[in-house]
Amino acid sequence: MTAPHTAIPGADDIQRSQLPNGIQVFSRRNPFSPAVVIGGFLHAGSAFDPPERLGLAAFTASALMRGTRQRSFQQIYTLLEDAGASLGFSAGVHTISFNGRALTEDIPTVLGLLAEALRFPTFPPTQVDQLKTQILTGLDLRARDTESMAALTFDELIYGASHPYGRPNAGFPETVAPLQSDDLAAFHARHYGPRGMSIVLVGAVDHQEVVSRLEDDLGDWHLPAQPPPAIVPAVPPPDRPRQRHIQIPDKEQVDVIIGTTAPPRHHPDFIPAMIGNAILGQFGMMGRIGEVVRERAGLAYYAYSNLSASLSTGTWDVSAGVNPANLSRALALIREELRRFVEEGVSEEEVKDIRQGMKNRLPLSLEANAGVLTALLNIARYDLDLDYYRRFNERLDAVTVEQVNQVARRYIRPAALVCASAGTLEEATPCA
Amino acid sequence: MGRTTGLPALTTTYHLNNGLRVCLKPIHTAPIVSLWLWYRHGSRDEPPGETGRAHWIEHLQFKGTPRYPGDEINRQIARVGGIWNAFTYLDWTAYFVTLPAEHVDLALSMEADRMVNNPFHPEDVQAERTVILSEMEGDLNNPYARLSDAVQAAAFQVHPYGHPVIGYRQDLLATSREDLYARYRRYYRPNNAVLSLAGHFETADMVERIQRYFGDLAPAPLPDRRLPDEPPLTAERRVQLSGLDQTPFLQIAYRTPALNHPDTFAIHILGSFLAGPAGISVFGGSLSNKTSYLYRQLVPNGLAASLHGSAHITYDPFIFTFGFTLHKGSQPEKTLQAFDQAMQPILETGISAASLRRAVKQARALFAYGIETVTQQASWLGYLETLNRPDLMSTYISRLEAVTQEDVLRAARAWFRPENRVVGIYTPEKRP
Repeated sequence: MTAPHTAIPGADDIQRSQLPNGIQVFSRRNPFSPAVVIGGFLHAGSAFDPPERLGLAAFTASALMRGTRQRSFQQIYTLLEDAGASLGFSAGVHTISFNGRALTEDIPTVLGLLAEALRFPTFPPTQVDQLKTQILTGLDLRARDTESMAALTFDELIYGASHPYGRPNAGFPETVAPLQSDDLAAFHARHYGPRGMSIVLVGAVDHQEVVSRLEDDLGDWHLPAQPPPAIVPAVPPPDRPRQRHIQIPDKEQVDVIIGTTAPPRHHPDFIPAMIGNAILGQFGMMGRIGEVVRERAGLAYYAYSNLSASLSTGTWDVSAGVNPANLSRALALIREELRRFVEEGVSEEEVKDIRQGMKNRLPLSLEANAGVLTALLNIARYDLDLDYYRRFNERLDAVTVEQVNQVARRYIRPAALVCASAGTLEEATPCA
Repeated sequence: MGRTTGLPALTTTYHLNNGLRVCLKPIHTAPIVSLWLWYRHGSRDEPPGETGRAHWIEHLQFKGTPRYPGDEINRQIARVGGIWNAFTYLDWTAYFVTLPAEHVDLALSMEADRMVNNPFHPEDVQAERTVILSEMEGDLNNPYARLSDAVQAAAFQVHPYGHPVIGYRQDLLATSREDLYARYRRYYRPNNAVLSLAGHFETADMVERIQRYFGDLAPAPLPDRRLPDEPPLTAERRVQLSGLDQTPFLQIAYRTPALNHPDTFAIHILGSFLAGPAGISVFGGSLSNKTSYLYRQLVPNGLAASLHGSAHITYDPFIFTFGFTLHKGSQPEKTLQAFDQAMQPILETGISAASLRRAVKQARALFAYGIETVTQQASWLGYLETLNRPDLMSTYISRLEAVTQEDVLRAARAWFRPENRVVGIYTPEKRP
C-alpha cells in the first residue's frame, strides 16, 4: 500500500525564521494542497482596553481593512473577493489574531494586504461609523442570545467585572458607542508593532519566498515604544457558590453554565485536567455528562463539559440548553455527576480510553491545513517545542489516574460552584 | 464496475447485488479513511402528520444494536480517535465516520449492522423525543430561525419541502415507536443507500471488505418517492412575525428549480454576484461578500447591517433565500423597496462579463478549499451520487465556466420575479 504523508508536524518539517525586527514566521508545506491558510497574532488585545472604552481593541482590529494608505475599503475587498481569498482580524484578551486563506497563486495578494492592514490603516470616519452600527447591531443580538449571555455572565462571576477575562472583548453598547476613528487610530499607533508577533502559513507554500516577501513588507516595521504583552493576573478559585440569572423573556430554552476555575495552559495540571475533562463531558457523545443528561434522561440536546485554558487562570465548566421546566432536574443531574467525578474519581479504564483516543485523534485533527495551522499557532503562542505534537503521546502516557483525580479535586469543589443562566424564567433556579 | 476519473485519484463506482451503490476513492495523503452512508430518505418523504420522523430515526441510529449495545460503538470510535456524526436534510440522511485507516472494519461493520439491526427500544425513542424537542427549542430561541421556518412554510402548499426537517411539535408528540420503526424498515435498505469511502485504502481490498459486511443485507421494494409538483407561485406571498427581539430581519425567498434544470448553474453565478459566493457541498463554505452587488447597494447606506444568500441543491424545486439583518429601529419595507430597485437593472440587462468570470474564480477557490480532507472527498462522492449527479465532481467548474451572460439574464428573469417569491419580515413588538 502507498505510504501516507507524515501527518504530525515536527522539527524536521516546520520551517521557522525570524525577521530582523523580531517577527516569527512559521510554515509547513502540504504537497497535496492547491491552497494555503494563513494565521497569526500580535499583542494588541482587549487587556489594553480601559474599562470605559471596552471594545476598543476589537473595534480597531475589525476596522483595519476598512481603508489603508494604499487602498480604499472597496479596493481591498475587491482584491480579496476577486481571488476567492479571505483575510480577517479578531481580538482576544492578549492578542489580536488574523486568519485567511487563498489559492496558491494569490498568496502574494493576501500577504500584501496583511502588511498594509497591520501597518497603514487609515480608519476612514464614514467606514468606522458604518462598522460601529454593525457592531452595535451585533451587541443587540448578543443581549437577546441566551447562550452568549450565560457565557458572559459566567465569566464575570468567575473573574469579576474588572478582570480582563471577566469582561467581553466586544464591549458593551455604552462603551462602544462613543468610540471614534481617532480613538482607533490612537490605539493602533500605540499597540501595533512587530514585537511578539507571529505569522504562520500552511499549505502550498514556499518558506523562503514567503520570508523574503514578508521582509520586504514588514521587515522595516519598528515601534520602539510598543508596550510589553499584558500580564493578566491569576484569580483564586471561588470559595462559595455564586449564581446569577439573566432574564430574557420569550425564549423557549434556558442556557446554563456551571463550573469553576482551571489551570493555565502552561501549568503541569493542564494535561491531567484535559484528560479528566474528556471523561467528564467530552468523550464519545459528550462524556459522562452527555450520557446522563442527554442519553438517559433525554433532557437536553447539548450538555457537555469544557476546559478553557489560556495564559492565566482558565475555566472548567458544564454547559447545557434545557427547557425551563426541566432545568432543576438537569442541574441536579449535573451536580451529582460533578460530585461523583470529584469524590469517586475516574477509573484506569477511562483514562486508558482517553489516552488512546487522543493519540489516535491527532492525525485526524492535523489532516487539513487549518488543523496544522492551529497546532503551529499553539506552538508560537505558548512557545512550545517544535516537536510538541510528535511528543504529545509521551505527555499523555505520563499522566496517571491519581493525577487526574487529584486535579479534579483540586479545581472542582462541588460546594463552591459558580452558576450562570439566561432565559425566559423570571428568577434563577437554584444551582447549589 | 465503472471507473471515472475524479481529481486527483481514480474513483470506482459500482452496485452490490443487493443494490447498494458504492463509490471508492483511494487517497494516500494521510493514514485516514472516511466512510459515508447516504439514505434516500429525508423530510421530503414525510407526509402531513409525519413530520420530523427522518431526523428522529437519525438520532435513534446512535442508540446501539444488540451487537453494539448502548454507547459501545460510540466508545469504540472515540477510542480509535475517530469522529462520527449524521445529518438529516430535505432529500437525504447521511452518516459519516472518519477514523485511522487500520480501523476501517469497525466503521464498515457498524454501518452495516445499524442499517438493519436497530431495535428501537421504546425507552430510547422516548428519551430522544425530548432531546429533539430541546434541539427544536434551542433553534426557536433565534428569531431569524423562526422566520426561516415561516418563509419555507409559505413557499410550499403541497410539497413536503414546506415543513421543517426537525418537524412540528405536535407531530413529534404524536409519533409512536411503531411509526418510526416501520419507516426505518422501509427506507433503511441497501438498495436505497449510497456508500462512499475516501482515504488510505486499496480499491480491490475495499471492494472485498464491503462485500463481506454489506453483501448479505436484503434489498426490499422501495417506496415510491415521486411527489406531486408544487404549483407555481402567481403572486408574492408575505409572512410577518414579531417578538421581543429588537433587531428586525428580512428574508426574500425565490422559488428556484431542481438541480437538473438547465438554469441551475446560472442561478449559482447570479447568487454569487448578488450576495457573495457560497459552496454547494454538504459543508457549504463561503467567503466574505463585502463587494457583492447587494452588499454595495444596501449596507453602506444603512439599509442592512449584513446579508447573505443561500442556495440549496435539491431533487425538486426549492428556494433561494436572501437574508438581511437590519439595524435596530429600521423599517424592513424600506430595505425591501431598495432591494427591488437594486434588482431592476439586473433583471433588465444582467451582469457583466467580468462579474461572470469573477464568480467562476470564487467558485473554483471554494471548491478547492472544500476537497482538502478525506472527509470532504468522501462526502462529495456520496452526496453527488445520492443526487444522481456524480459527473459534477469533475465537471462542476467547467459547467460554471460554460454559463453565458445571456444564461444569467434569462435565469434572473425566469426566477427572480416578485410574483415568484415569499417575503418574510420580523419586527420587534413592544409589550407593556
